[in-house]
Parts: sequence; structure tokens; C-alpha cells
Amino acid sequence: MAAPVIRVRGLKTRFGQQVVHDGVDLDVSKGEVIGLVGGSGTGKSVLLREIVGLMVPSAGKIEVLGKDTENLSESERLSLQARWGMLFQDGALFSSLTVLENIKVPLKEHTKLPPDLIDEIARVKVAMVGLPPDAGDKYPSQLSGGMRKRAGLARALAMDPEILFLDEPTAGLDPIGATAFDELIGSLQKSLGLTVFMVTHDLDSLYAICDRIAVLVDKKLVIGTIDELLRQEHPWIRDYFHGPRGRAASAAKGS
Amino acid sequence: MQTGTLSANWEENQFVLAASGRWDIASAERLGPMLRDRMPGRKGAPVCLDLSGLTALDTAGALLLDRLIKRLRGQGHVVAVVGARSDLCALLKDVQRAAAGAEPKTPAPAEKRPAFPLADRVGRATIGIWQDILSMLNFLGLVTVTAVRLLRTPNRIRLKPLFFHLEQVGLNALPIVGLLSFLIGIVLAYQGADQLRRFGAEIYVVNLLGIGVLREIGILMTSIIVAGRSGSAFTAQIGTMKVNQEVDAMRTLGLDPVEMLVLPRMLALLIALPLIGFFANMVALAGGAVMAYVYLDINFGQFARQLQIAVSTTTLFVGLIKAPVFAVVIALVGCYEGLRVSGSAESVGLLTTRSVVVSIFLVIVLDAIFSILFSYIGI
Repeated sequence: MAAPVIRVRGLKTRFGQQVVHDGVDLDVSKGEVIGLVGGSGTGKSVLLREIVGLMVPSAGKIEVLGKDTENLSESERLSLQARWGMLFQDGALFSSLTVLENIKVPLKEHTKLPPDLIDEIARVKVAMVGLPPDAGDKYPSQLSGGMRKRAGLARALAMDPEILFLDEPTAGLDPIGATAFDELIGSLQKSLGLTVFMVTHDLDSLYAICDRIAVLVDKKLVIGTIDELLRQEHPWIRDYFHGPRGRAASAAKGS
Repeated sequence: MQTGTLSANWEENQFVLAASGRWDIASAERLGPMLRDRMPGRKGAPVCLDLSGLTALDTAGALLLDRLIKRLRGQGHVVAVVGARSDLCALLKDVQRAAAGAEPKTPAPAEKRPAFPLADRVGRATIGIWQDILSMLNFLGLVTVTAVRLLRTPNRIRLKPLFFHLEQVGLNALPIVGLLSFLIGIVLAYQGADQLRRFGAEIYVVNLLGIGVLREIGILMTSIIVAGRSGSAFTAQIGTMKVNQEVDAMRTLGLDPVEMLVLPRMLALLIALPLIGFFANMVALAGGAVMAYVYLDINFGQFARQLQIAVSTTTLFVGLIKAPVFAVVIALVGCYEGLRVSGSAESVGLLTTRSVVVSIFLVIVLDAIFSILFSYIGI
């Protein structure tokens, strides 16, 4: 098997006295969709932010695409950042730029492509994430929450990254919108061959598109497919997957 | 990793374009001109686009392929695409579909250009300013009505935010206001002394200082500093709350933003500005006294005696009476611009700048009006 795309070893995170992660190990292989779940305050978003280099762990090693994220020169860091895309919870679009300009930011920054090609790539991304063409010329404040997420996804995909990080992609969307967003991520993942790492609370998403699921419990990760996790004895994992919502999502998948 | 290339050659009557290597965003820059060069010379010849050598494709590469196919078809060639791996083919189809949907729509018909662009802009700006004045007066009315309503039920006045803002705009402003006023006093005494010495009338530097500082400069300087310091803070605070929907949350909880946000700030400034103004006056006079002693050998006793002759309490009050008016203007503009913030971080910055510029402008205009008014009634 090829080297994992994301490799985390012995990760520890402390905020003062409070220990959030204590020995987290994780391997994500190429083309895999992995979902990260856990109770509130267990440090899901912290783990995501550590992997993309927005926060530094107290101890441990994180490798993304074979590069140790902590000891990188400035140019290595830039080239690594061009190979992943991140979708923040509310899109985190630059509010002073239109959607198209938002998508063009990484393209202008990291490539030397001619402006007409950049423009066309940006327009194609807008169409690929399912936004109407006229949305491209709108400002983020003129879009609905769901459209902002799609626009954020288009910006995350601007550079055709190998890894896509998603922070609660379906939170705040209506069920129809959430399902459509899941399908969108699934189809983009297939056609672009993406590796997807997502933090989510949405059991339907987990059933619909995730190959494996990582559960943050007791400051460590328990990783497995849904079927494996359904057999887990840990009380939190049991409650999570066998609770009413878990059963409903499972039934929806089964039908 | 092999970067993408495109080679071309004739096979019998068919023009064969072979794409190979990685067609991705990294190669796109080099591929662009290559696509332009590798064109069949002969019109209408069949073209075979061979994709069997492709090792990787991303949206940028697929877009270039799509452009190539479109251009060839546009020139009347029959294009056959062969040999693509199924996953790459699926991506190409997806991108083609997206690109077809993303055709830039015909731009909206350009607005009719005005016959006299300058006159047009002046006109629009004038109307804009007029509307600004109207809506600011509207806001003043709203604040007044709310204030009167609050005065009828004084127990609703919120003391905690009032004292918080008193500390912010009053107490915390003292060091900077004091320092600047002291320096102004020194400068004024120095420049005045230089001129008055020619007539041997050095002692009148005290009159100059007393009247200049107490009537005009002390309170004007203070108001400008406070407008820059606190007016901008009001706009930024309220503006950020607006962006975070906190102001909307207040409304839904049945709380009046004017009562909660505007009045405590205005009341705090109304109390604080006359006090800071008085403080600034005293410090500026002290600065002048120090300079007079060092430079003109006027000792503090002489300074005080001359000051008593030169100014009266009326002089002091003519200056300080302006302070409450300036306070209302600064708070009003700061809060008004803050509540106008909509949506973006950029608008917070824009309106904060506006708030400072407008409140300093109004303070100076009002000061001029006060001067005319006072000379008219002969104070």
C-alpha cells in the first residue's frame, strides 16, 4: 500500500492543565473519505486545525503528503498548502470580494496562468459546486448559508487539491441541502480522486459518503468502518451509533 | 512525474493530437501556448484526439482539453476523442458540462453614460450628503425620544455600562489628552512670546494663553482627540456587534439598541467631555506657565496674577459650554455609523473612518458657529 496521505503519530494537545488529545494515531490513505466525530469539546476541530497547521500540537508528529508539517521551510509550506483545500464552517469567504474573486485568490497567488484561463477555471468551479452562474458576481453577504458553503467549497477546490478538509460541511443546512451537499462531495471526490477528511456531526453524512470513521473518545481515536464501530462496546460509541438518530440514519441507508 | 505535453502529426488524411503526461494545474501554464501551436493547417481535416497517454487530469487540464476541442470544432474539424481512461473521461465530461453551464452570460447592458460625468457625480454626491444629513437628523430625533422616555423612568438607566463607558472615554483618555494639551500650551506660549517680545509686551503672553486656551483651543483639541479615540471605538464596537447579529438578537429579546448601546455611550461622553475639557485647559495653562518661566522669566506668581486680570469665569464657561454639544455630536456620529454597518468586515473599517472624519468635521464647523454666535451676542 502506498504511504498514507495523512499520518499522525502520538499526538498530544494540552491547554494549560487541560489535556485534549493524549496519544492520537491516525492514517488516512489516498482517495479515502474519513469522518471525524466526537462529543462537544473533545477537540475535533483542534485536531483538524493541527493537521492543517493552524495550531501546533504539544507533542507528536503530523505528516501530510509525506511532509512533516512542523519542520517546513517557507517555500515547502506554500507548496504543501497549494495541495490541500479547506472548507471552514461558515465558508470563511473574504467578505470584500465576490465569489469569483474569492475562488481566484489562490489561483492568482500560486500559479502564473493567464487571466482568461483563471477566470474560466473559477467559473467552472462555480458550476461544479452547483451554484448558478450569476452567483459568481455576488458578495458573500448576498448569499444564503448553503450557497456560502458551496462557494467556500469552490474556493477550497480552486487549486485542484489532493486533500480536502471539511469542518462540519452540512451543519446548518436543511436536510435536502445537506443530502445534496453530501452527494456533491461524493461525486467530486470520485471525479477528482480526492482524499477527504471531514469533521461532522451528521450521521447521514457518515453513512452516505465516509469509508471510515474516526471517533475521538477518551482523548484517543477509535477508527473503523461503520460496521466495525457498530460492534464497539465503548459506551459513548454505542450511544452515538445506536441512539435514535443513529438508528434512523442506519435505517435510511438500509432502505 | 511527467508534465503534460501535446504532440501532433499527420497519419494519412487524419491529424492526430496526442495528449500525454499529467494535465494538471501545474502544467496548465506550459500547455496553454502549446495548444495554440499544434493546429492542423488544412481546413476541415478529421482530427483524432488521443488521450491514451494521459496519466493524470484535473479540472484545469480538463478545461484546456475542452477549450482545444471547442476551438477545433469551431474551425470546422470533426473531432474524435479516443483512448481516455474511464475515470479521466468522467472528469472531462463533468468539466465540459460545468463549462457549458458557466458560459459567461451576456453582460448586463451598460448604464447609459451621462452627458456630463462631472456634473453627474457632483449631483449624486450632493443628493447623498443631503440624505445623510436627513437620516442623521432622523437618528438624533430617535435618540432624543428614547432619552426622554428613559428620563421618565430613570430607574431604567443602566448604571453599569454607563460607568464602564465613563472609564473608557473619560478616565482612560486623561494621559493622552494631558500630554497633548501640555505640549500645545508650551507651543502657544513660545510662539506668542516671540511676537510679543518685539513690543516689549511679554507679559501679555498670559492673556494670549488664557483666552486662547480657555475659549477655543482646550476644548477643541480635547474634542478632536476624543472623536478619534472614542468616536471610532463606538463605531467599531457597535459595527462588530451588528456583523455578529448581536444587535438583531437584542431586538428579538425586546431590548432597544438605542437604549442599550447608544444612550449609555452618549451619556458617558456628555459627562466626561466637559471634565476632560476642563482638565485639558488646566494642563495647557500649566504648560504655558512652565514655558513662560523658562523662556520669559515670568514666575508662577506673576503668571497667576496676570491670568486673573486677563480672564474671568465667563471665559472659562464660554469654552466649556461647547463641550456637551460636541459630546452629543461625537457620540451621535459614532453610534449612527456603527449601526449602519452591514455584513462585511470591510464596512466596519469604512464606517469607522467615516465616523472619525464626520465627527471632527462637525466639531470644527460647530466651533465656528459658536464663535460667530458669541461675537454676535457680545461675549
